[in-house]
Amino acid sequence: MTTRVARVTTVVGVTVIVTESLSKRFPRVTALDRLSVDVGPGVTGLVGANGAGKSTLIKILLGLSPATEGRAEVFGLDVATEGAAIRERVGYMPEHDCLPPDVSATEFVVHMARMSGLPPTAARERTADTLRHVGLYEERYRPIGGYSTGMKQRVKLAQALVHDPQLVFLDEPTNGLDPVGRDDMLGLIRRIHTDFGISVLVTSHLLGELERTCDHVVVIDGGKLLRSSSTTDFTQTTTTLAIEVTDTDEHPDGTRAVREALHARGAEVVDGSGGLPGAGHVLLLTAQGEQTYDLVRDVVADLGLGLVRMEQRRHHISEVFKNDTDSDTQRKEAVGHDG
Amino acid sequence: MTVEHPVAPVPAGDQTRIHDIGYRSYDGPRLGRGYARRSLYSQSLRGAYGLGRSVKSKVLPMLLFVVMCVPAAIMVAVAVFTKAKDLPLDYTRYAIVMQAVISLYVASQAPQSVSRDLRFKTVPLYFSRPIETSDYVLAKYAALASALFALTAAPLLVLYVGALLAKLDFGDQTQGFAQGLLAVALLSVLFAGIGLVIAALTPRRGFGIAAVIAVLTISYGAVSTLQAIADVQDSANVIPWVGLFSPITLIDGVQSAFLGATSSFPGGVGPSHGQGVVYVLAVLGLSAACYGLLMRRYRKAGL
Repeated sequence: MTTRVARVTTVVGVTVIVTESLSKRFPRVTALDRLSVDVGPGVTGLVGANGAGKSTLIKILLGLSPATEGRAEVFGLDVATEGAAIRERVGYMPEHDCLPPDVSATEFVVHMARMSGLPPTAARERTADTLRHVGLYEERYRPIGGYSTGMKQRVKLAQALVHDPQLVFLDEPTNGLDPVGRDDMLGLIRRIHTDFGISVLVTSHLLGELERTCDHVVVIDGGKLLRSSSTTDFTQTTTTLAIEVTDTDEHPDGTRAVREALHARGAEVVDGSGGLPGAGHVLLLTAQGEQTYDLVRDVVADLGLGLVRMEQRRHHISEVFKNDTDSDTQRKEAVGHDG
Repeated sequence: MTVEHPVAPVPAGDQTRIHDIGYRSYDGPRLGRGYARRSLYSQSLRGAYGLGRSVKSKVLPMLLFVVMCVPAAIMVAVAVFTKAKDLPLDYTRYAIVMQAVISLYVASQAPQSVSRDLRFKTVPLYFSRPIETSDYVLAKYAALASALFALTAAPLLVLYVGALLAKLDFGDQTQGFAQGLLAVALLSVLFAGIGLVIAALTPRRGFGIAAVIAVLTISYGAVSTLQAIADVQDSANVIPWVGLFSPITLIDGVQSAFLGATSSFPGGVGPSHGQGVVYVLAVLGLSAACYGLLMRRYRKAGL
């Protein structure tokens, strides 16, 4: 039995994860190469290509795989010696499938809650609560084998949250999900911190989907730290809106009309054609905060056009580095690309 | 901000469906490793008889349990009606005679217990929690051994109760019953270990079942053939040594050396007391080796 330490996630300035020149070498590959990074409370994205060392880092932080050199701490607990204490306070959602198909989500999550030390009654209550929070309702009594990928991901998330950890490691939680499923999952991840008060370390090979969800993004490549900064630094200045409008009799080329009207009002319209078919109907403009959205709405409405779509364009990580390191000599290859 | 124009619908987000009373954090007790190990033990033990699982998975273990007990019930009925002075079969002989049923049970339930976690990659979920490899292995081992003990001890209990109803000698019967229980306890631990080690090698349940049956029957077949040949060739002194090489003859040897059983070896020559010590050491050593092998297997399967 252990006593709970006070929730640290709300305390500003406390580091949740610290690594100091952490290395992990396998006979043939170096998975982590002298990685030093501090992660604070909140939602932190860990971005890197497949094989960049994201999963290896999680295993080390869980105290399941010894580091070759260097050290790491989670909540001030040394991963090498206090793994069990760390695992009591964290949850882990693996990247791969990990669910038996012949039991129901409820049975499975109750069992996992008990494996985390929750007494039987508490395990059942927490399971019902957690499954509801991740968005599983009546289907939770059916065998997992019949679930969609999105539902399975929710069960995997529920088992990581059921014991009310202070930190969860989510390894590629959006893998295999369709765009709607992705957005749902990302929204859920955001809520894990804002509503549940649990810090999150989420990995992805897509920077684009993490930039909207995370407070902080750590980019690693080939086991090395490429960059660690808050997402506002990363992408606020480069937020691009994609707009598509209908044509009317009055404005046979609605797209051009909007472009001209926006230009007249001083908005910076980017050439979005890129030579792709159909891309001529999409306008890209740089958003400068809330007022840009209002501007687009007003312009479109004044012209009497229908707004088909207005969305934040996701960035390739390479774009970030291009914009960011133009002055810098270092230019990185694309670490990931949006699907 | 002007609002009279129709505004493009913004997705309302997921709040619309969740009638939330808000997230509640958990401040109750966390019972730690010992509790988790006991929970895993009871879950695995129940699972070994299909309890808490689908109806389909209850059929085989329950059927085998009944098959195990029916002959005992018949023997008791015969003993009561014929007013026999003794039971038709010794307590210690029962498991040896019914070894095929026991082997089938091990072959079906050992893979069920461990292959599923490997196949569906559930193992990392266990080890991302406070429990350690030893907790997992101990719980699984103890659960299957207990399930086997229930399977092998239940018919002995039927025999014992029947013998007392038939007013057979209380002292004799109690002694025989106790010896029988001890023998099947050893058998349960040994068979559970062998079954789990083989089953843990493969995530495929079918392979696991076939491999367990093969190891148990082939070793017994080979050993009893060699013993028969030795018996024919008048080299009876090698018979007990050959018996060391199959699980069921190991148990037979232990109980005929120390637990008053009559040996089922050809010619009825069981091991002497000296050889019996070797048998006991072999049983204990094999069981410990199985535990060690399982630990090694799961240290690797961790993540």
